[in-house]
Amino acid sequence: MHPTDFTIRGALEALSEGIVTSEALTAAHLRAIEALNPRLNAFITVTAERAMEAARASDTRRANGVAGKLEGIPLAIKDLFCTQGVRTTAASRILGEFTPPYESTVTSNLLRDGAVFLGKVNLDEFAMGSSNATSAFGEVENPWKRGNDDGTTLVPGGSSGGSAAAVAARLAMGATATDTGGSIRQPAAFCGIAGIKPTYGRCSRWGVVAFASSLDTPGPVARTVEDCAILLESMSGHDPKDSTSAPAPVPDFAAACARGVKGLRIGVPREYRLEGMPEEIEALWQQGLAWLRAEGAEIVDISLPHTKYALPTYYIVAPAEASSNLARYDGVRYGLRRDGEDLRDLYERTRAAGFGDEVKRRIMIGTYVLSAGYYDAYYLKAQKVRTLIKRDFDEAFRGVDAIVTPATPSAAFAAGEKQDDPVAMYLNDVFTVTANLAGIPGMTVPAGYDRQGLPLGLQVLGRAFDEETVFAVSAAIEHAAGLTKLPQVRAFA
Amino acid sequence: MSLDLQTVRRVASLARLHLEEGEDQRLQAELNGILGWIEQLQAVDTSDVEPLSGAGGTAMPMREDVVNDGGRAEAVLANAPDRAGDFFAVPKVVE
Repeated sequence: MHPTDFTIRGALEALSEGIVTSEALTAAHLRAIEALNPRLNAFITVTAERAMEAARASDTRRANGVAGKLEGIPLAIKDLFCTQGVRTTAASRILGEFTPPYESTVTSNLLRDGAVFLGKVNLDEFAMGSSNATSAFGEVENPWKRGNDDGTTLVPGGSSGGSAAAVAARLAMGATATDTGGSIRQPAAFCGIAGIKPTYGRCSRWGVVAFASSLDTPGPVARTVEDCAILLESMSGHDPKDSTSAPAPVPDFAAACARGVKGLRIGVPREYRLEGMPEEIEALWQQGLAWLRAEGAEIVDISLPHTKYALPTYYIVAPAEASSNLARYDGVRYGLRRDGEDLRDLYERTRAAGFGDEVKRRIMIGTYVLSAGYYDAYYLKAQKVRTLIKRDFDEAFRGVDAIVTPATPSAAFAAGEKQDDPVAMYLNDVFTVTANLAGIPGMTVPAGYDRQGLPLGLQVLGRAFDEETVFAVSAAIEHAAGLTKLPQVRAFA
Repeated sequence: MSLDLQTVRRVASLARLHLEEGEDQRLQAELNGILGWIEQLQAVDTSDVEPLSGAGGTAMPMREDVVNDGGRAEAVLANAPDRAGDFFAVPKVVE
């Protein structure tokens, strides 16, 4: 077994037994990055020297008997988290060489617990996209290949495409990610790994480059459900620097993975059965429910009547908040500057040169729906529909403990597909976006393959601040599925 | 509601985005495609429904009205494209 094949749980045990060192684990991952990143483009910035120094410091701490909960574990950090002294790009030209003089709360928490950072991973620009194609630092390749077609490059999903590809290809044991409409769960499904968007307020947003503040949710991706639980426990916790951070205790998430599902009521929303959905997705869904039933769960049909309005609601709310958040990029305080005839011209030319097309589209939509005369018809209307979507979940969770749905309407698609029609790209998030609007936790767990051998995931949704049940159900599906296939492109393959 | 070219240019101006020749027409087509799709929300009955602005569900916390950070001019200016002493520098605004 190669050091890059460890799960986080397995590596923590091997480290504590002295079978391996963080220095060896970290060096192996850096070699894997050196070999595969030129092809996969998962990392924007690799901090090899810092990582090796951190690994040696970690080994010293462990030798001195002070091992944190993630002591010595090499991780990748989505380049949306500010990291002190390490360039942070949000995959946009507009941030230029921005090097934060501070560390985000989530990454501070991981460092506190002994994690080692390998570098910053790629994403869609400002996390706006579902294929990683909007990155100013180039597309990311999905490490999985269609069984009968080795030549086609598939997208890793987005926006956390670099996080998911790096973890699937074994360039990192786990990664931070963020989810505003599905940006953790969709790439996790496309790359055959696990990922959880926790409850809004569980992980601090402080120091995470803002996209849509009422929806943005940091969370982890990793290769197993339990590894996600271990990472989430470290990332979570109340932070006075984020006024929406919840003052809630952080449970032992890893322990919840072993709870089982006996006696749980699992909801199956009829509105998630889409017309034209591939048969294999429907079959996977039924298989997942059968596994849970066999483990003693009760399957219950439920209705979430406003589901079909979630995406259009999201595409008003998210651009509106984005247009406001991205007003800060003015070419004055940090990042790119383009000179102009006067100050206003400087703003306009800087923003025109610094933002990519998708970001501009969303700023335009957001500015329009917030502008005088249209605010009520669009923005206020969307906020009211958001209330109805949340109410659907509140009512459903009175009768069920968790909800199980497909994670995505298809397996990973080829690079270049769906690029011409923004709305077709937006439909990728049809199953995930509801959880962001309602603020509830949602997890992708790999559950099977399509007929071409590409990974497919199921999604488990839970009540606000009940990630424990989400982990219990996800772990039961993971265990029953017993998947063993590995992506074709991976470290030391 | 569909956007005419003049509105596209006005929104770009509000958003402080310089448009290149022909960009307004491309944006007009793309934005109208998105807005046409969003239009389906008008079919939802939202009378007597309160708007939801956030998913947090908790009230804004209050803190003591005291200075708790500051005095970090160098850190604040470290990424500035241009500076003059302890200030951000911009092109002359007032003649």
